[in-house]
Amino acid sequence: MAMAEFTLFVIFEDKMAIYSTNEFKAGLKVMLDNDPCAIIENEFVKPGKGQAFNRVKIRNLKTGRVIERTFKSGESLEGADVVDVEMQYLYNDGQFRHFMVPDTFEQYQTDEKIVGDAGKWLKDQDSCTVTLWNDAPLAISPPNFVDLVITETDPGVRGDTSGGGGKPATLETGAVVRVPLFVQIGELIRVDTRTGEYVSRVKE
Amino acid sequence: MLQDWRPTCSLKLTRLRAQMLADIRRFFAERLVLEVETPLLSHSVGTDPQLEFFITEYCLSPLRQTLFLQTSPEFAMKRLLAAGSGSIYQIGKAFRNGESGRFHNPEFTMLEWYRVGFNLPQLMDEIAELIEGLFSDQSLQETQRISYQDVFGSFTGLDPLVFSYPDYCAFARECQLSEAVDICGQDHALWLDFIFSHKVQPHLGDNALCMVYGYPACQSSLAKINEDNAQIAERVELFINGIELGNGYYELTDAEEQSKRFDKELAIRQQQKLPVTVKDKQLIAALESGLPECSGVAIGLDRLLMLMSGSASIDDVLSFSIRRA
Repeated sequence: MAMAEFTLFVIFEDKMAIYSTNEFKAGLKVMLDNDPCAIIENEFVKPGKGQAFNRVKIRNLKTGRVIERTFKSGESLEGADVVDVEMQYLYNDGQFRHFMVPDTFEQYQTDEKIVGDAGKWLKDQDSCTVTLWNDAPLAISPPNFVDLVITETDPGVRGDTSGGGGKPATLETGAVVRVPLFVQIGELIRVDTRTGEYVSRVKE
Repeated sequence: MLQDWRPTCSLKLTRLRAQMLADIRRFFAERLVLEVETPLLSHSVGTDPQLEFFITEYCLSPLRQTLFLQTSPEFAMKRLLAAGSGSIYQIGKAFRNGESGRFHNPEFTMLEWYRVGFNLPQLMDEIAELIEGLFSDQSLQETQRISYQDVFGSFTGLDPLVFSYPDYCAFARECQLSEAVDICGQDHALWLDFIFSHKVQPHLGDNALCMVYGYPACQSSLAKINEDNAQIAERVELFINGIELGNGYYELTDAEEQSKRFDKELAIRQQQKLPVTVKDKQLIAALESGLPECSGVAIGLDRLLMLMSGSASIDDVLSFSIRRA
């Protein structure tokens, strides 16, 4: 029985793609130290008379951390089964967030650790990108721009339309952003999720 | 529409290359150094395990022969020297398989010259004159000369001539380069390549030509060993802004020693299951007949152009880099 399991494991391993340093292109997903990673940059370093190396900048997709690692040219890494899938955010049950692939109705759930910062931009029914590793959520990325209603902010000073200075406003998802003084509770605003900055008011 | 037919470099760079080649030819004409041409296609090729060569087949029915594209014109030029050519230079193509990157193209242009009767310091003087002349518009800082041991020590605190595994490992860990321990193991020369490439070379020649001489004997390649210190080879490397530009030797003239170094490299090739080749018997024969005492250097002209024009990639100075060739 143990033997049979071992054989199955080997067959599965055999199916994984193997990439040599020459194939390390930006965006390629590989396994490094048992974590899924994405190649950012790959520089070929070779003394005229000496060993060739590849100096690779790589992002750990679990931690988001960027590291540099050198390989002897010709070494290889196993590919990582990592895909980005557009999904609809369904709801938060208090313990898990739930997402669904619109075409197949297939559902995925993740805890807050994986949702991370993206959580504060997620509104029920909105779409977002879920990164799957071996078919399990690895990271969530909100759209670059989201439209959210202001649920709390101080009344603005009348006549001020410049937006200079601004004030904090709490949005329906709980996120807090700085908005111009003239923007009021109940208004719909557009926010850039990459910077967390107010972009404009949105007419419904 | 397909855009791949276009050159990867600008017309401005094409003109700069022509100007550079004309300046180099004038430099050597003034010094009475003879321009020569040697075959790109030969029956033998360098045995250096670090250089991958291109193999092709010569068919003249019923004859079928394996020929190699040259990784450097060195062997053929030494045969000319042994035949009494006097000082010579060549501007030509060299081919190195598997080398592609921001500073590498598998086919590139090399300037190689040999000065009969020059020792290494004399050759370094001439290298500085040539480079400073070519960069006269860009006001390079004063040329620096520093020994490998000093420059290695100053950036790492390590002695490159004496291999201390624990010290080298500790340094790698300290620099967050612990992968070096697995890659290099007990291989002194490999450790030097790794540490020099990562921690020394990037700092060399800040807007200046930096010449590093006195390489460790384990990296002697085709250089003579220093007469007074057997740990050091008579080898020099050139750097500007951290980019390796060239490599020169006080040339090994001892046929027996040369033959031994070839055997050693061939053994490594066999051990590492690299493509096999044979040692260049014609070079050995030329050395036996007598290579005059001389120093020689090879400079990558594409990288020189990159530096003269401030280009970020070798593709920017090649008419058609390998992707479009």
